[in-house]
Amino acid sequence: MATRLGTADAGLTVDAVRRSLRGRRYDVRGFLFEALLLIALLLSLLFLVSLLTRVFTQGIGVLIDRPGPFLSGNLSVVSALTAGVGQAIKGSLLLMLVVAIVAFPMGIGAAVYLEEYAPNTRFSRFINVNIRNLAGVPSIVYGILGYVIFVRFLSGFSGGKSVLAGGLTLAVLVLPIVIITSAEALRAVPDSIREAGYGVGATRWQVVRSHVLPSAAPGILTGTVLSVSRAIGETAPLLLVGAVTGFLATGSANFWEQLQGPYTTLPTVIFRWSKLPQDAFRELAAAAIIVLLAMTLLANAAAIILRNRYERKW
Amino acid sequence: MPPTSEDKHQLEINVETRKHEHGFEEREKVFVLEDLSVYYGDFRAVRNIDLEIPARQITAMIGPSGCGKTTVIRCLNRMNDLVEIARVEGKVMYHGVDLYDKAVDPVEVRRRVGMVFQKPNPFPKSIYDNVAFGPKIAGFKGDMDELVEHSLHRAALWDEVKDRLKESAMGLSGGQQQRLCIARCVAVNPDVILMDEPCSALDPIATGRIEDLMDELKSEYTIVIVTHNMQQAARVSDMTAFFTAEVNEEQDRRTGVLVEYDSTETIFTTPGDERTEHYVTGRFG
Repeated sequence: MATRLGTADAGLTVDAVRRSLRGRRYDVRGFLFEALLLIALLLSLLFLVSLLTRVFTQGIGVLIDRPGPFLSGNLSVVSALTAGVGQAIKGSLLLMLVVAIVAFPMGIGAAVYLEEYAPNTRFSRFINVNIRNLAGVPSIVYGILGYVIFVRFLSGFSGGKSVLAGGLTLAVLVLPIVIITSAEALRAVPDSIREAGYGVGATRWQVVRSHVLPSAAPGILTGTVLSVSRAIGETAPLLLVGAVTGFLATGSANFWEQLQGPYTTLPTVIFRWSKLPQDAFRELAAAAIIVLLAMTLLANAAAIILRNRYERKW
Repeated sequence: MPPTSEDKHQLEINVETRKHEHGFEEREKVFVLEDLSVYYGDFRAVRNIDLEIPARQITAMIGPSGCGKTTVIRCLNRMNDLVEIARVEGKVMYHGVDLYDKAVDPVEVRRRVGMVFQKPNPFPKSIYDNVAFGPKIAGFKGDMDELVEHSLHRAALWDEVKDRLKESAMGLSGGQQQRLCIARCVAVNPDVILMDEPCSALDPIATGRIEDLMDELKSEYTIVIVTHNMQQAARVSDMTAFFTAEVNEEQDRRTGVLVEYDSTETIFTTPGDERTEHYVTGRFG
């Protein structure tokens, strides 16, 4: 029994509506598009997974057989049995320390100035644009810059091809990233908060310190850890600036002397070992990659934990 | 029938008398605006404002959108300084001192002339810290707990939050947040409280509570309020200033002007200017 729905649309009966609601229409193009997207995702994952699998199968043996000696051993290109990543880990960590001490205060400070204090002139806009350009400069260029300035020109302070020179080079490399991510985090703080602060008679510094910075802290933290993750994997500039690839002496020296002394890093040893003819060294390189990945994962995990601790509810 | 120019003259005289009857002339004038004009870059947002704000009364600024009421009120505590292209001409005298004189510190001004904004904007901190921030940076060394409690009482919020002072202020309702903003403002012991459409984001019940609050607060503070809500102005204020926007032919922009300023009764019952009459009787706006 067909009952008519109003007078509109001749033939539009309740039954017809019911049928059309329950029926299926196949959106072929939509389906194909979704399938293409899925293929893109799977392909990218495939590359990643195959890389990781290869690395793991090659390297896990070393880590299982002799984890202790490997993790604490010295850089060696002579004997694959005694070589280890201990010095490399130490070098990478020392470098990150220098990067953190130099780049974070400078980068965050620059971002605070640009966002909170600088008047909106053509000059400040010009600076902003150029910081973005600096972030895109190839890292090898920073290597050359680092060699000329930190290794040669400032050799009295840095000690030539040293941890300090390498750390300062990486700090300069990473500085634009810190500035940009911190500036974005500061910009995300709503103006209403600043107005509220000014409204009760706070100075600009009080508003920034008590309200803007704490609110932007999660974003700034994420940015700084991202920059560390980037720096920890840099290889080319460090080779230019003097990371040791052959033999690194161990000795006792105080902390400052160590900073002024030679060093090596995980990406550097990976680079060196993977180019040696012996298969054993290739396995060592794979093991070092696993260690490097683990360190990166740890850094990212730390970022997430810290960010969640300081996350504010808006 | 619109008043003729003779009638207008008559009305003006009557209007002056009314003002006098309400004690306007006797009261101390907290603010005196002399020929105030505010520019945003090249654009003149308001022009030639002459206004006197009496002490410990509620002065309302009403008028259609875009006629410069918010611009004018933000001059009273130098909040327009935060807008880079804003420029002020004329004088804003506060207790006889030109606020825009080079020697005046805007931070000090804002401690004495507090502001409550249209959309409640508590700090993303605890309720306690919201109220305590202002006194703390002003160097308050006394009993902070007591000051916070007193301020929350003055804002009629204490009973609702006394058990959760350490909880985040963002968990309060809109009306509660606005009362928290009032408590925050009161905590620094200001001389004047400016309110820029404080109830426009709130429901009628919350609005009513804040209007009651204004009535209590005026015994201690001078209050200036911008409002779109004519009924609110009529209910709450002692003096009312009516603004409107003049169309500027050359620039095709609208410049705000002060049309009429008188006791609230006069504005709403026997306004002198035709434009005021049209606005308050709802013929436009």
